[in-house]
Amino acid sequence: MIALATTGRILRQLRHDRRTVALLLVVPALLLTLLYFMYEDTPHTFDRIALIMLGIFPFTIMFLVTSIAMLRERTSGTLERLLTTPLRKTDLLFGYGLAFSLAAVVQGAVATGVAYGLLGLDTSASAGLILLIAVVDAVLGVAIGLLCSAFARTEFQAVQFLPVVVVPQILLCGLFVPRSQMAGWLQAISDVLPLTYAVDALGSAGATMWRDVTIVAGAAVVALILAAATLRRRTP
Amino acid sequence: MIEVRDLVVERGRRRVLHGISCVVPAGSVTGLLGPSGSGKTTLIRAVVGVQIVRSGSVTVLGKPAGSAALRRSVGYVTQAPSVYADLSVRENARYFAALYGLGATEADQAVADVGLKDAAGQLVGNLSGGQRSRASLACAMIGKPQLLVLDEPTVGQDPVLRAELWGRFHALAAAGTTLLVSSHVMDEAGRCDRLLLIRDGLIIGDDTPAAIRADAGTDDLEEAFLRLIRSQQGAAA
Ligand SMILES: Nc1ncnc2c1ncn2[C@@H]1O[C@H](COP(=O)(O)OP(=O)(O)OP(=O)(O)O)[C@@H](O)[C@H]1O
Ligand SMILES: [Mg+2]
Repeated sequence: MIALATTGRILRQLRHDRRTVALLLVVPALLLTLLYFMYEDTPHTFDRIALIMLGIFPFTIMFLVTSIAMLRERTSGTLERLLTTPLRKTDLLFGYGLAFSLAAVVQGAVATGVAYGLLGLDTSASAGLILLIAVVDAVLGVAIGLLCSAFARTEFQAVQFLPVVVVPQILLCGLFVPRSQMAGWLQAISDVLPLTYAVDALGSAGATMWRDVTIVAGAAVVALILAAATLRRRTP
Repeated sequence: MIEVRDLVVERGRRRVLHGISCVVPAGSVTGLLGPSGSGKTTLIRAVVGVQIVRSGSVTVLGKPAGSAALRRSVGYVTQAPSVYADLSVRENARYFAALYGLGATEADQAVADVGLKDAAGQLVGNLSGGQRSRASLACAMIGKPQLLVLDEPTVGQDPVLRAELWGRFHALAAAGTTLLVSSHVMDEAGRCDRLLLIRDGLIIGDDTPAAIRADAGTDDLEEAFLRLIRSQQGAAA
């Protein structure tokens, strides 16, 4: 109940911030459109890259939004106060997870709608499955964002976690160089990065896809548990 | 109600509280007074259980401060208003009500109680400083906690509102609530049932305002506080 109230509160905060809502909904679709024109002459390349982007956008955007939102909670003193109320740490984290996952559903629906409907994206998996994977990727972004915000004291620090935590995962996920062509040690690193499986899931089908989705969801759960463990009621 | 024993707190490698012991009796308004930087907020944070303490103990309602069972019975207002700036006053109050399993009626009542009925639909970010701290206060009063811990709740309020808020504090105390209210304004000290005077992390006075006045031999609490400081310094020298 408290978790759901927290979800409602976070969504209400989002609703009051119209510009953020507009950016959340429109930007992924606009970037996909940009890709479409970049690869106008090579539709197969567009299909490959746009598909991967449908997973990377929600992950990256939700990571950023969540870590800033959680940091604000910390710096505004509301976190200190919340932790003196009957709210449990898991209520707060679950509340955040659910709120931004719902936002990711809407964002993903717009992005996949534009990609398949207007830009003629062609994939072996159905648009519905791709949307599901995109939302799971967003949940992963939310969970890692919640975890990272525990290690940031300021907004500047929080934003720096993007190049530290997110960019290496994007570089090594197989978007730029197929994983099979990477040096062994790079492949090994890429094997333990959750975004690798998020991207892999988009391009595979059947059992492999569900295995990948399970790994991503599992990584999100682990990140949430770690986030709960690093959230301290008592501070210096 | 609150029992603090030999409390030592260090913040950023500096010792901020040097072994404080005091008792806050139930059903009264206790004022925590002291100059800026004396450790009021630190002591309050220890009472609500969010401060890492070095040694000593803080017991609230017979349980260690911060234990899960106390979270329903202790209301806390931080010094800087801790409400969501991007929500309306009403939305803030309703969220905090939900944390205590209470509904919109209790939330709206608390908003009216702090005189924000007309501003209930306004975003907290657009409120004046005094209104914002009242919004923060409203959110702590919703659960009807047995203990209310308020860190400088009347800062930035005009005299009429201040009198009204103190009236409300005493009404709550008469109904059995215990209040610990910090302030660095001495003219508020006279409104408390008991005073804890704190300076440089040490309690230098713990009595009723009348007794503190009598001991210092002056009617002016501010002057009494100054005399207490001087006599402590004399004792130390
Ligand atoms: N997070 C912190 N890290 C290190 N030192 C701190 C921290 N917070 C407070 N202090 C120090 O602890 C001492 C007591 O601070 P505290 O906030 O308890 O004072 P206060 O009595 O509430 O003052 P004020 O009336 O200005 O609010 C001060 O010297 C302050 O500099
Ligand atoms: Mg203070």
